[in-house]
Amino acid sequence: MFITNDVEADDWDRMTLRLAGGESVLSGLWGETDAVRIAVLDAAVSGITVLRLPCPGGHFPSVARHHPVAIRLERAIRDLFGLIPDGTPDARPWLDHGKWEVRHPLSKTSGTELSPAPYMFLPSEGESLHQIPVGPVHAGIIEPGHFRFTANGETVVRLEERLGYVHRGIEGLLAGAGLARGAQVAGRVSGDSTVAYALAFSRAAESACGARVPPRAHYLRALLAELERIANHFGDIGAICNDASFPLIQAHCAVLREEVLRATNSCFGHRLARDCIVPGGLARDLEDGGAAILRRLTATLGSKFARIVEVYDNTASLQDRTGGAGIVKPELARRFGAGGYIGRASGRSFDARRALPFPPYDALAFEVPVLDAGDVNARVWIRIREIEQSLLLLEHVLDTLPSGPVRADVTPGAGEAAVLVEGFRGDILVYLRLDENGCIERCHFRDPSWFQWPLLEAAIEGNIVADFPLCNKSFNCSYSGHDL
Amino acid sequence: MDLILAFATQGVQMLLVAAAAPLFTGAVRKIKSRLMRRVGPPVLQPYRDLARLMRKEAVAAANASWLFRATPYLVFAATWVAAALVPTFATGLAFSWTADLIAIIALLGSARFFLALAGIDIGTSFGGIGSSREMLIASLAEPAMMMIIFVLALIAGSTQLSNIAGFMASSAVGLRVSLGLALIALIMVAIAENARIPIDNPATHLELTMVHEAMVLEYSGRHLSLIELSASLKLLLYVSLIACVFTPWGLAPADSGPIAWLTGIAAWLLKLLVAAFALALFETSIAKMRVFRVPEFLGAALMLGLLGALLRFVSAGF
Repeated sequence: MFITNDVEADDWDRMTLRLAGGESVLSGLWGETDAVRIAVLDAAVSGITVLRLPCPGGHFPSVARHHPVAIRLERAIRDLFGLIPDGTPDARPWLDHGKWEVRHPLSKTSGTELSPAPYMFLPSEGESLHQIPVGPVHAGIIEPGHFRFTANGETVVRLEERLGYVHRGIEGLLAGAGLARGAQVAGRVSGDSTVAYALAFSRAAESACGARVPPRAHYLRALLAELERIANHFGDIGAICNDASFPLIQAHCAVLREEVLRATNSCFGHRLARDCIVPGGLARDLEDGGAAILRRLTATLGSKFARIVEVYDNTASLQDRTGGAGIVKPELARRFGAGGYIGRASGRSFDARRALPFPPYDALAFEVPVLDAGDVNARVWIRIREIEQSLLLLEHVLDTLPSGPVRADVTPGAGEAAVLVEGFRGDILVYLRLDENGCIERCHFRDPSWFQWPLLEAAIEGNIVADFPLCNKSFNCSYSGHDL
Repeated sequence: MDLILAFATQGVQMLLVAAAAPLFTGAVRKIKSRLMRRVGPPVLQPYRDLARLMRKEAVAAANASWLFRATPYLVFAATWVAAALVPTFATGLAFSWTADLIAIIALLGSARFFLALAGIDIGTSFGGIGSSREMLIASLAEPAMMMIIFVLALIAGSTQLSNIAGFMASSAVGLRVSLGLALIALIMVAIAENARIPIDNPATHLELTMVHEAMVLEYSGRHLSLIELSASLKLLLYVSLIACVFTPWGLAPADSGPIAWLTGIAAWLLKLLVAAFALALFETSIAKMRVFRVPEFLGAALMLGLLGALLRFVSAGF
């Protein structure tokens, strides 16, 4: 982690060009009241670099003008902070739909006048093209997002997403809060990744305060993170198959997911292990007998899951749907720095547990599966392999679980930190700055979905409209983590 | 007196199909759920759903025309009449002589025509997608269906279902390759026509993948209730059709008494149960195909029908 405050515009531009040239990968771009920050992953440097560019005039040189990956991030900065990216290729609002009571809610002078202009979708012109608006309210019980398809018959010519419907003002909520409150809110950024977010926030807090965490807590955190990954991957595999109208696998995956959740509940007192991870360690130790429950779980899950995988692999009609659908080209995944199963199914091997190892993963052996096909099938297989790896990791953690306390005291104080944590969707970036009292001055969460949502638009192009739900489910991006 | 009795039996047949249709749908759902180790909704749930929808207010889009409102009744009427023409427990019922297999297909075709128009009528994109997909499927399923009818008519010497069923029950029929081909083709057409997996998924909530459901997405209340009942009726119709042509056992012949009818009803219910199991098993074991694969599927049905007809022409023995 290298945090450089107050760089010159020249340094900023140089960084932008490095991103555009593919030498570095954009990991985050966010605003503050009078500055913007960029987080960059370097191929050579094993760490994350954060730059801060002060913008006293309320303007900053756009990153997106060289590196379009940053477009939505800059649009969000403009909506929240009123900072204007000079030279941006897309000046439309993103999170702000004109329904908030204020404008630029996180800026120093938040105005009350609402953005009057109606939202313009990107134009698609041509004979026999027609538009299909889908959402934000869907027929199933899922999160809200609007998808605007332009189709030629059944073939998708362009898909444009519109997100921001579940913006809850989380970053505003955190300003001035204490660490305990911060961990609580972090666990609610995206409900399915509550462990990963709480872990990311806690690690940032510990790093900013210079606190040390007992080894047992490290191992138990990994235990929780892998349980969350397994549970979510089970749910995803089932949901993908269900969207191809093959609910058999979903029925069986749902049973396995439930077993994981119940085991988590008996071991940590909450099905999703919400509020278990706090700055300093864990709020509670593993229940008595928890290790035995988890051992039984890993012993039975493996063989049951193998049978499901066999069904998936041997059902030709299902393979016909998932194979070749929604292809993300490796080049695109690399440029966007897509993490998680989306990146790894398209040849990008980045895994925060491996690339920026944090305890206990630096001491654990595991494989990071990578495929090149980039289709729905590849994303399913990455999940399958990750479940297998996570089951091995669980056993490994249980074998080497140290004894001792699970929580150390954290003395809140001034400091700042940026950490990357691997959630089940991909790498979650948390930037945290504390003031002298140990209260949160600025906290920013960057969900992996920021760099995955745009790829969905690319993946669906040329596919048929009816295949979109399948592709979308194979991405399973977070709405709430993205909209904050 | 005879006339009154004939109409009474026909009335029983009509009420029977209307009453049994939701039961069959419910049974298929229940079996599918059990196959997936779920408890599943009660078998009688479709009746409750229909009753609930009947009680609810029917909301129509602001720009819906009279066509949108009239279509559910037209669809239901046409489907019900068509279902009443297919022998379930007895052949030779009063209406049976007024219309043949081709008329049944025409009735179902008209119902679909109005449904597709209603899908376009409200002007939402989903209705349009549904109608266009439905017409794609129909334009391929109907020729296949006609080929199947030709095979049956060539073998039985009639397009009248009562006659065909009578002939198939007799010993004159024997084992014929063309009949086997026709059976497979008919099952494929039935799957496509009834919007079942792998062509369409009747249980999906994904608007973009829907075919039949997209067309009727804007319906609510009693309109939706009628359309759902029609869909159940159509499924029952096709199952009864397959049962009466290919497994005519236990079917009461024309001019038979109440005892033969009761055995006929029992035999029919048994066949439905077998069909429900077969359908549920098939749907559980296969994923839905991509929309552009549907022409291949129905093309295969058409070729099977064609092959059956050709075999029949070339050699009377087949």
